Amino acid sequence: MSALALQRHSTLSHLDWLEAESIHILREVAGQCANPALLFSGGKDSLVLLRIAEKAFRPGRFPFPLLHIDTGHNYSEVIDFRDLRACQLNERLIVRSVEDSMRRGSVVLKSPGESRNKHQSVTLLEAIEEFGFDCCIGGARRDEEKARAKERIFSFRDEFGQWDPKNQRPELWDLYNARVHKGENIRAFPISNWTELDVWQYIERERLELPSIYFAHRRQVVRKGGLLQPVTDLTPACDDDLVEELSVRFRTVGDITCTAPVESAADTVARIIEETAATTITERGETRLDDQTSEASMEQRKKEGYF
Amino acid sequence: MSAIERLPEIDNGLLRFLTCGSVDDGKSTLIGRLLYDTKAILADTLHAMARTSERRGLETVDLSLLTDGLSAEREQGITIDVAYRYFSTGRRKYIIADAPGHEQYTRNMVTAASTANLAIILVDARKGVLTQTRRHSYLAHLLGIPHIVVAINKMDLVDYDQAAFERIRGDYLKFAATLGICDVCFIPLSALNGDMIVDRGDRLDWYQGPTLLDILEGAPSAHSERDERFRFPVQFVCRPQQAGDPRLHDYRGYMGRVESGEIAVGEEVLVLPSQRRTRIKAIEIHGRSLPRAIAEQSVTLLLEDEVDVCRGDMVVRAEESALVTRRIETMLCWFGETALDPQRKYLIRQTTRETKAALEAIDYRLDINSLQQLPAEHLGMNDIARVAFKLAQPLCVDPYAENRATGAFIVIDETSNNTVGAGMIL
Repeated sequence: MSALALQRHSTLSHLDWLEAESIHILREVAGQCANPALLFSGGKDSLVLLRIAEKAFRPGRFPFPLLHIDTGHNYSEVIDFRDLRACQLNERLIVRSVEDSMRRGSVVLKSPGESRNKHQSVTLLEAIEEFGFDCCIGGARRDEEKARAKERIFSFRDEFGQWDPKNQRPELWDLYNARVHKGENIRAFPISNWTELDVWQYIERERLELPSIYFAHRRQVVRKGGLLQPVTDLTPACDDDLVEELSVRFRTVGDITCTAPVESAADTVARIIEETAATTITERGETRLDDQTSEASMEQRKKEGYF
Repeated sequence: MSAIERLPEIDNGLLRFLTCGSVDDGKSTLIGRLLYDTKAILADTLHAMARTSERRGLETVDLSLLTDGLSAEREQGITIDVAYRYFSTGRRKYIIADAPGHEQYTRNMVTAASTANLAIILVDARKGVLTQTRRHSYLAHLLGIPHIVVAINKMDLVDYDQAAFERIRGDYLKFAATLGICDVCFIPLSALNGDMIVDRGDRLDWYQGPTLLDILEGAPSAHSERDERFRFPVQFVCRPQQAGDPRLHDYRGYMGRVESGEIAVGEEVLVLPSQRRTRIKAIEIHGRSLPRAIAEQSVTLLLEDEVDVCRGDMVVRAEESALVTRRIETMLCWFGETALDPQRKYLIRQTTRETKAALEAIDYRLDINSLQQLPAEHLGMNDIARVAFKLAQPLCVDPYAENRATGAFIVIDETSNNTVGAGMIL
């Protein structure tokens, strides 16, 4: 077949292609939406998004503010890094906190120890309403989880923030439809087609700085259900727990109560890439305590308005 | 789903392909096999699959579980949507669009096909070319997928018989000729046993051609096959005078992606639809100047003259203009739950441009199973028809067969804001 025909034209490397697609998506958000926001947590995926936003919009400023929904249970290294990066970029950062929603009474925890992670949805919807955002840009990837594998790049949410997997808008070519009525919302995912390895390779190529906890460091942990649970003020060890101090790094950073580190000696991006390329556990399977609860838990959370 | 990936040694870019067929054709097993044999399934995923297989009383791991879907789907025993999956071989990164094969989900197949550069069409060796095979092939062809691979699966169930393979090949070629499909190849395989997917196996010695993975590794990327005309739809205009830097006071950057072709600094260009002529002053990305930009690259163009350019305009090379028109002849796929209403106005989005549109005529509706042209007054969900639209504003178009980016459009219902149709300009 002509499949083996000589390539006459230059083509982009896979990272260049992914970057170009993501820039295109961000510019479509800017071109189609009146009042978007970019969700920025200080985590690696959202740091990649910020670099793509620089490539998409410099020398201009970003046509959207950065928005963080803070559970109040984040690692301080990550929060400090979030503030530093927003300041370096000279972009506006809005922080809304789950603790404020708890004070207002819109978030009620079943018990004081309950993870606040899923309650971020409530605070996010409140922020969307407060600022009138018609689109939130997020760093979710389709390779993370099977509910995400079926989600559109421009994903429509109704006024309750709900995702309806059976009733998604057809999305063809690179023709995105961001039209919404007042109160409704689009979630746009510019790095949908990236994998974890793509993200790390991009971080290396672009020499992006990351919060320190992504790299190997000594930390007290307890082994629970095949995962490492960090010993913190929020997640103290029980009396019968065996506390070990290991060299670990985080593959994802999120709420302290549901993010587990992995054992690793990788202290540079290059070593993390080596490990990622050789890993035999999926990113969420290894490090997200919230996805192990049930097979369909991400699907359920998204239907309720989660990212 | 996440996968083990090997680091690219030779970066042969990225290939997007589509798999079509029903559950019965062994499509899930084929995808599972492709990921398994390229070492792309991770330990925890494999472990979960093994547990489920055991619970269902199976002796070996059921690879089709890898593509098991959402709980909403399992409840109904159907696949409701296109799923995207990723793997990489060290030479190339792949994006699989996995389209369900059910009759009522033509819309999913069209969606998956719109971004694919190669289609794998599964045929059950026992059943041969079916109505469904014709439908999938027609849609792949309609959506302009340049390479079609007919995977004749379940060869193990016909004793790896060459005659069965040749018979199906002959039947398919006869029908493909009537559609004008010319780039098609055939592979006999057994997804269950893994023959001819990544490894050749030892039961198909009579077949000398490439394995499925060989074909994927060698297939050309979307824009490497033919000379294409430069097309640059403007997405966003950057005017950063408020940035406070006096050097940026007169900066006007036209941001977008090169949809096809390439352009270099100094070349003469036209801005459509105004037909204003100017030259490329600079090509930039994030403060870096480039001598040229190639297909699929997202860049910022600066022009020599102060011409009025806004989102929706298109920059083309002066001697290679696109057609600027207020009327389009199209093949339209209707997705809306409510029928296409000839009395109503719809919104058409093509490249970065939007215009109101009114239906002028339905020439015919195509019966997707018999491929017969039938008269029609209305179009219902999943209908495909040849229709003409009148446009309130001009669009800058090429025929879809020549350029997928400038020949494609979607139809939006302004009341619901839903995407209700997709079309290809003739």
